[in-house]
Amino acid sequence: MANLLLLAVILINFFTLGSARLVACIRAVALQGALLALLPLATHGFSGHALLLGAGALLLKGIFIPWLLLRAIREVRIRREVEPFIGFVPTLILGALVTAGAFIFADFLPLAPEHVAGLNVPTALATMFSGFLLLITRRKAITQVLGYLILENGIFIFAVLLSAALPLMVEAGVLLDLLVGVFVMGIVLNQISREFATLNTERLTALKE
Amino acid sequence: MVARLVLQLVVLLLFAPLLAGVIAKTKALFAGRVGPPLLQPWYDLARLWGKGFVVSRTTTWVFFAGPVVGLAVPLLAALFIPFGGLPAPVSFEGDLILFVYLFGLARFFTAIAALDTGSSFEGMGAVREVTFSCLAEPTLFFALLVLARGASGLSLGALLGPQLAGQWQSETGASLGLILVCLFVVLLVENSRIPFDDPNTHLELTMIHEVMVLDHSGPAFGMVLYGAALKLMVLGALLVRIALPFQTGSLLLDLLIFLGGELALAVLIGVVESVMARLRLPRVPQVLVGTTLLSVFALVLVLR
Repeated sequence: MANLLLLAVILINFFTLGSARLVACIRAVALQGALLALLPLATHGFSGHALLLGAGALLLKGIFIPWLLLRAIREVRIRREVEPFIGFVPTLILGALVTAGAFIFADFLPLAPEHVAGLNVPTALATMFSGFLLLITRRKAITQVLGYLILENGIFIFAVLLSAALPLMVEAGVLLDLLVGVFVMGIVLNQISREFATLNTERLTALKE
Repeated sequence: MVARLVLQLVVLLLFAPLLAGVIAKTKALFAGRVGPPLLQPWYDLARLWGKGFVVSRTTTWVFFAGPVVGLAVPLLAALFIPFGGLPAPVSFEGDLILFVYLFGLARFFTAIAALDTGSSFEGMGAVREVTFSCLAEPTLFFALLVLARGASGLSLGALLGPQLAGQWQSETGASLGLILVCLFVVLLVENSRIPFDDPNTHLELTMIHEVMVLDHSGPAFGMVLYGAALKLMVLGALLVRIALPFQTGSLLLDLLIFLGGELALAVLIGVVESVMARLRLPRVPQVLVGTTLLSVFALVLVLR
């Protein structure tokens, strides 16, 4: 069950790396967040802690943040990512390379014996790398927000392994950080579109009074 | 051995056109029409067989080699692949390479027959067909590698042996699911179905496979159609065997499971064609690279 969830997460990584349509990408990331909400329950079984963790992830990553992003792109009226720094097929290939690399790298890590067989650690690494790739290869601010969300999803998969030892407060803090980050980026999005009539971030490197 | 061989060929020859009929019927039902009868492909073949040839003066014998090889290759390839629970009539180490490249041979002759007519449209179709199939090939090979990892030998019979049922239960089940999706995409590309090619379109600029056979007429065109139906069934046998790895031991029951699987596959193709639009041409390589990466990922999963 947990392995199937993690496989679906990796497939969604590939999809967001290869797709140009922003709405579809946002929906895919929302689905990824919702799937990850099931992960604590699948790994640790039913407990109050896991339930809280899952509910928090579902509300924030599966529903609230995607809703914010969808509203944001409706306001600034963009539909597609055009001309990424690196094309879609090369990013897909890079994504597959880093995923394979994550699987190989995870075999060398000195993991606790109960984590060696599972897919958690390689998936977490692969998801983080995919998020990084999305962050560095796309021009639109909104896709970069998505990359940031996927990066955080990767960290979440890691954290689920440790959630027995981690107090709930820390996780709540991480989720709150994420929310604030997305809020700030939403405000930045609006500012960029008001100033330049486009959402391309490379204009920001040439700011002057 | 000989009886097995004859049985496999008879099943293939009799059943294959029905699949085309099922696809057409499914699409008609989706569109709210009654659609042609299920046996329409047979009537079409009979009609074409009764017609005469119209041959351009610029063509040579190569023009006729295309349809003939296109019909002979699926029959040959069918000998290497198990039909469901029925083992393959001919089997030797490494026959999977031969299986894949037999279809490459058929494609070569179809393309060269299209070029032989000297029509620029047909040349364009040949270029597209060859490009897409060369992009689909790595997916097919990586999928076969995934199967070979769990098999005892390197023949198609061993790859699609009874061990598949156990693999679905174990950790490799996820990989099998992934390569099943990839192989379905390859099947759609190889048989020029929507979303990669539209078998019904008659706009020369957008069609791929159909444009290559525009100049064939009468019995030659019938052979092209029949060859396409056989190819669909033979490649479908690969998918059906992976999806339904049951082995009952009784010949009749195994055959029924297999034919039921093929019919379900035809319905699935019909549904895909009804609900999807054709992809723009530049998007097709992107999708094919994506499926290659998926199959590579499936291989990484079984290798760890």
